Amino acid sequence: MFRQTLFRHLSRPLPRLLSTQPSAAFAPAAPTSRFAGVPQGPEDAILGVTVAFNADPNPNKINLGVGAYRDDVGLPFVLSPVREAERRIVHAQHHMEYLPVAGSRTFVDKAIRLAYGEHNHHVKTGQVASMQTLSGTGACRMAGVLIQRFLPALDDGPRDESPLVLLPNPSWANHAAIFRDSGCTVGQYKYYDPATKSLDFEGCVSSLEDAPDGSVVLLHACAHNPTGVDPTPEQWAKLSAVLKEKRHQPFFDMAYQGFTSGDMEVDAASVRRFVDDGHRIVLAQSFSKNFGLYGQRVGCLSVLTDSQEEALAVDSQLKIIARPMYSNPPIAGVRIVEEVLSDPELERQWRMEMKGMAERIISMRTMLKGYLEELGSVQNWDHITNQNGMFCFSGISKEQVAKLRDEHSVYLTENGRISMAGVTSQNVGYLANAVHKVTM
Amino acid sequence: MSSIFSSVPTAPPDAILGLTAQFRADPDPRKVNLGVGAFRTSSNKPYVLPVVRRVEQQLADDPSATHEYLPQDGLQSFCDASARLILGADSPALADGRVTTVQALSGTGALRVGFAFVANFISSSTAVYVPKQTWSNHRNVIPAAGLPRALEYRYLDPSTGAVDIAALVEDLDKAPAGSIVLLHGCAHNPTGADPTQAQWLQILDVVKRRKLVPFFDNAYQGFASGSLETDAWSVRTFVAAGLDMLVAQSYAKNMGMYGERVGALSVVASTAGAEDAVRSQLKATIRAMYSSPPKHGAMVAAAILGDEKLFAEWEGELVKMSARIMDMRVKLKAALEKNATPGNWDRITSQIGMFSYTGLTSQQVTFMREKYHVYMTANGRISMAGLTDDTVQYVADAMKDAVESVVKQD
Repeated sequence: MFRQTLFRHLSRPLPRLLSTQPSAAFAPAAPTSRFAGVPQGPEDAILGVTVAFNADPNPNKINLGVGAYRDDVGLPFVLSPVREAERRIVHAQHHMEYLPVAGSRTFVDKAIRLAYGEHNHHVKTGQVASMQTLSGTGACRMAGVLIQRFLPALDDGPRDESPLVLLPNPSWANHAAIFRDSGCTVGQYKYYDPATKSLDFEGCVSSLEDAPDGSVVLLHACAHNPTGVDPTPEQWAKLSAVLKEKRHQPFFDMAYQGFTSGDMEVDAASVRRFVDDGHRIVLAQSFSKNFGLYGQRVGCLSVLTDSQEEALAVDSQLKIIARPMYSNPPIAGVRIVEEVLSDPELERQWRMEMKGMAERIISMRTMLKGYLEELGSVQNWDHITNQNGMFCFSGISKEQVAKLRDEHSVYLTENGRISMAGVTSQNVGYLANAVHKVTM
Repeated sequence: MSSIFSSVPTAPPDAILGLTAQFRADPDPRKVNLGVGAFRTSSNKPYVLPVVRRVEQQLADDPSATHEYLPQDGLQSFCDASARLILGADSPALADGRVTTVQALSGTGALRVGFAFVANFISSSTAVYVPKQTWSNHRNVIPAAGLPRALEYRYLDPSTGAVDIAALVEDLDKAPAGSIVLLHGCAHNPTGADPTQAQWLQILDVVKRRKLVPFFDNAYQGFASGSLETDAWSVRTFVAAGLDMLVAQSYAKNMGMYGERVGALSVVASTAGAEDAVRSQLKATIRAMYSSPPKHGAMVAAAILGDEKLFAEWEGELVKMSARIMDMRVKLKAALEKNATPGNWDRITSQIGMFSYTGLTSQQVTFMREKYHVYMTANGRISMAGLTDDTVQYVADAMKDAVESVVKQD
């Protein structure tokens, strides 16, 4: 992969500036573009994996870098209620007028009910500020800017113009960039234990206790990305108590509700636990995975406040953030979600097919671990089935990742993260064999 | 625990959007909405272009269509076609490979990513000059992107309703080298007053003289005159001069895809070689905002731009939409002359695009809203698309009363 990049740089044509000047002594150099000094940005690791995978002619190749669900024959999956909803929408011949700045009220109301619960009293009393966002990323960005502008000092004294947002170590690679670009300071709390390939709970608790009071703490509601390691319900309860004691601000990123266990209520348990414990949470929701709407950018940001007046104030400030970024959010994706959730039969199909996706992932985990054990691997592969959601932090080393790529045409990111969506009943045997070979 | 946001103040409502809310709440049957900038048919209905509907049907019927993520810089076929549309398929900049085009969240998103790019990778103290009369959101986007608050260059001559080119050039002649100049490609919002070709050349002159970086905002290509080529003349003329420049495009009006948020940003470099680096940084900016752009609208636009028949159909739609706007201009002017409203109303037909700056004061605007339930923004801007044959005389009569009853203040 790196060789390809180097070659591309070397083979790029020389800038025109040099090629048209006969001699620097006689002709003044043509002015260079103001953009000529722009530095090259860092390579996208995941993209690099995909590029290398695509270039590989091996028919047995496997792409474990894919960030979207794939069915058992490795194809993208459009849920049947989504297809039906699209047909109905086209048939209905809706207009394409601008949504309000905060997006579709119908969609947002449904989204927050899915997260907080159908009968949550905070939702009913209008205490939840909310807006439609450009998927989970957009929700995180809106929240980041809101926090940068309005997070008050905990006690007397000046507020921090660059509030601290603590991310679990590791977290989704884009989180740090989002919060930095929002103007926040990014820090970390201990999370993943590479030795056990599970949660370093004691380390997590002590690093949250050591952090300055009133820090913003980003929590993955379920199916932690990239490790798949989630706290147990008891651990969530303890974390809730720690955050309360430290007056930390919980910020939940929920990208996999329903996609993790197959059940929307089960997957939202951490969020609802914190709400019940009295935390005034910030919540980013994505509908990319649970509705399979990835590229349509469907998401929701909500902020639980103390009163309806406060919620309205927060709503007004969120609009001020959104207007100079994109004016108003896209309409196509939320129409699909509204259509599905407003028809009991379509909603039933959605829950069923979402469960099907989650169960396929879980069964691939079971099969992969089973095959590795059958092959006589002496490594402990419990984490494959203990970890949740799309990703498995395999513990495979950088060198082993390279071997998997070079010797077996199995592609994954350097950190050993496996996207289980890339595993099928057809390729799981080959995969187990390859992993076993490089980890013997 | 109390919310950390307990002391968040309520922000003022957006001027334009607040107007729509007020209009909706108004029960008076005579009400006319000349506020929002969306096209309306002669029956005052929103309009989805038939060619857009047909493509949507095709997409819905296509069993291989998926909702997979687009790359951060969007749908490539859309970006390439979009660049050709505004710059011209034979553009020297395209031939030289000096253009980097990314998909954006309509015009707003293109402006935001463009300004953020300048702030992060050119200089965060880059001065930006906007016309004194400009879309109100321009002044929000610029500081939100990390640049200093926008400075102004004089634009409209209020006595003629046309561009005051001498003042414009005088102001830009004071701009420091490297400053960004925001220019409306055509159909200036809110005034409808566009420079003539000769005036555009004068603007190009001062831009070159002062080494300024133009940033063209194109929200109305094809929608203004009915011709995509004519409406791109200003942009293409500047590109032909070989400048560094930025170009924003929106398909909200010209394809009627308002809520789909379809747009593009092109960074045009005066020399080749920077494209990879520019693209990588635009992608990084986008990634931290929303990861990747929405797919649906871009797929529709790409299909239209990429198919000869669909493209021709779209061109026909542009002629129809711009003709309706022009028809309303002609009729409003005639109605104002017929009822002998004081003043010279030539500007109604000499201005172009969706908007017209009537010259009404904010007091007169308020009067028209309160007495006649005719809604427009406080700066006297009317959206011509909000007029129909049924309402044009009523609006003209309301304007006459406002001009005669409310002594000019502001």
